[in-house]
Amino acid sequence: MPATPSNERLLPRLGLGFVPVWQRNFLVWRKLMLPSLLGNFGEPLLYLLLLGYGFGQLVGEVNGVPYMVFLASGILCSSAMMGSSFEGLYSAFTRMSAQRTWDAMLNTPLGVDDIVLGEVVWAASKACINAVAIMAVAAAMGLIGGAGLLLALPVLILAGLCFASMALVVTAVSPSYDFFLYYITLALTPMLLVSGVFFPLDALPTPVALLAYLLPLAHVVELVRPLVTGGTPSHVLLHLAVLVGYGSVAFVIATRLLRRRLGG
Amino acid sequence: MPAPARAALAVEAVGLTKTYDVGTVVDAVDLAVPTGICFGLLGPNGAGKTTTLRMTLGLTEPSAGRLTVLGHELPMEAQRLRARVGVVPQFDSLDPDFTVRENLVSYRRYFGLGADQGPRIDDLLGFANLEARADARITTLSGGMKRRLSLARALVNDPELVVLDEPTTGLDPQARQNIWQRLRQLKDQGRTLLLTTHYMEEAERLCDRLAIIDHGKLIAEGPPTSLVAEHLEPHVLELRGEQARSIDLGGIDGLRVEDVADTRLVYARSEAPLHQVMERAEGLTTILRRANLEDLFLRLTGHDLRD
Repeated sequence: MPATPSNERLLPRLGLGFVPVWQRNFLVWRKLMLPSLLGNFGEPLLYLLLLGYGFGQLVGEVNGVPYMVFLASGILCSSAMMGSSFEGLYSAFTRMSAQRTWDAMLNTPLGVDDIVLGEVVWAASKACINAVAIMAVAAAMGLIGGAGLLLALPVLILAGLCFASMALVVTAVSPSYDFFLYYITLALTPMLLVSGVFFPLDALPTPVALLAYLLPLAHVVELVRPLVTGGTPSHVLLHLAVLVGYGSVAFVIATRLLRRRLGG
Repeated sequence: MPAPARAALAVEAVGLTKTYDVGTVVDAVDLAVPTGICFGLLGPNGAGKTTTLRMTLGLTEPSAGRLTVLGHELPMEAQRLRARVGVVPQFDSLDPDFTVRENLVSYRRYFGLGADQGPRIDDLLGFANLEARADARITTLSGGMKRRLSLARALVNDPELVVLDEPTTGLDPQARQNIWQRLRQLKDQGRTLLLTTHYMEEAERLCDRLAIIDHGKLIAEGPPTSLVAEHLEPHVLELRGEQARSIDLGGIDGLRVEDVADTRLVYARSEAPLHQVMERAEGLTTILRRANLEDLFLRLTGHDLRD
């Protein structure tokens, strides 16, 4: 018996089928825009204002810039990670299980590969929307600015693609929402704390700092922070390569796991 | 509307088999569904109906056998097939964040169809009798309305084949009649219907042909009335009550007895011997009737509970 071509393929099929999947999520988001923005953009902003104000008085300058500036550029990165991760975990899982949205899509010519790509691109789009909102506020406060913002945006979108793909790997093997706590507690939160978002990496013991560079978030920070604070990032290709590497490997794994889960 | 030149068979399966780690769920099933009829798959829970449907849609890959649907070889041409099929799933998969109309518009996009392609959304709303609720949220709809919307949604691509997995499960009698009426309309439009059900009445009223499946195997196939006639005597007397099983049937010829739960069923080729039995059935509840599909179903699939 010959296998389904789509299941036989090692690599995901990249086609335009992802567009209606993306569009569906976008239209739903537009309806629920206010609470969504409040969660994805209001919370990081709260961190920025309160942590920045509180610690800013104690810390003064970090790496030659005021702490508020340091923190604003870090939170821009962490919110891209958190926003796209949660979209790929909880929201995607709801569409896969409770709402059966993916089942409905699979009864049409759309395939699992289209759905995975649509979800990843959507999560990255949402990360981008949130990033623009945070950028606008931080720029209005005079914390970040310059043409570098425009260069930071594609990096944050790439981060969104990367973290959404990683989240979908977890979703693909998850029996329930509770399972996500493992990933959040064991991967996302440690990464958030050691990647230079809240304090510079050189404040950490060298082994921990090196470990942080094995994970993607530190590389997002290394690229975005200089760009939005008027500097120039170094080792650009290396940082980009880590993000592309994590993202594409996770994307292939997520697609293959979800093909098996949905096509059984 | 379906294309003028159509294959004689909408679905053709030869030796269709699906094996999982736990065992064989569909076991060498042969199916031939003529174009333009309503074909029912009947079977107890876990008989393999849904797996058969999923294979027919190219969603699950067969372990063995050959499967052709609307001329498309499966699973290779699944994507092209699904462009021509409408699906009403067993479990509601409407989008709760969208209104009634938005559900139809959004689903049409999944087929790559634009606003000017396929049936008009207003016509679909009319078919589902949901014009007045076009802008309502899904959560405000009754079960019957949701099922009608699922049915309308399955028509956005003007399908030649409509596949329905237990289309009236959980509906009240009015809503069920309403769905049946719409399914007959779809058949009159020349579409082929393939449905699963475990309502015998639904199968008897709606289906031109039936396949009874149990433990993954096809155990009977044909038009409902001839299936009953083929396997059962035409008349049956139901005896119910404490003494139903101890009734003395001695001296009456041409009887065949079956026990189902607390009921004894006595079959015969004519009514006369059954009248004789009734005379002896003092103190028992008796119902004399024609043998029906439910009798056949229980006869073929046994009386054990399936959980």
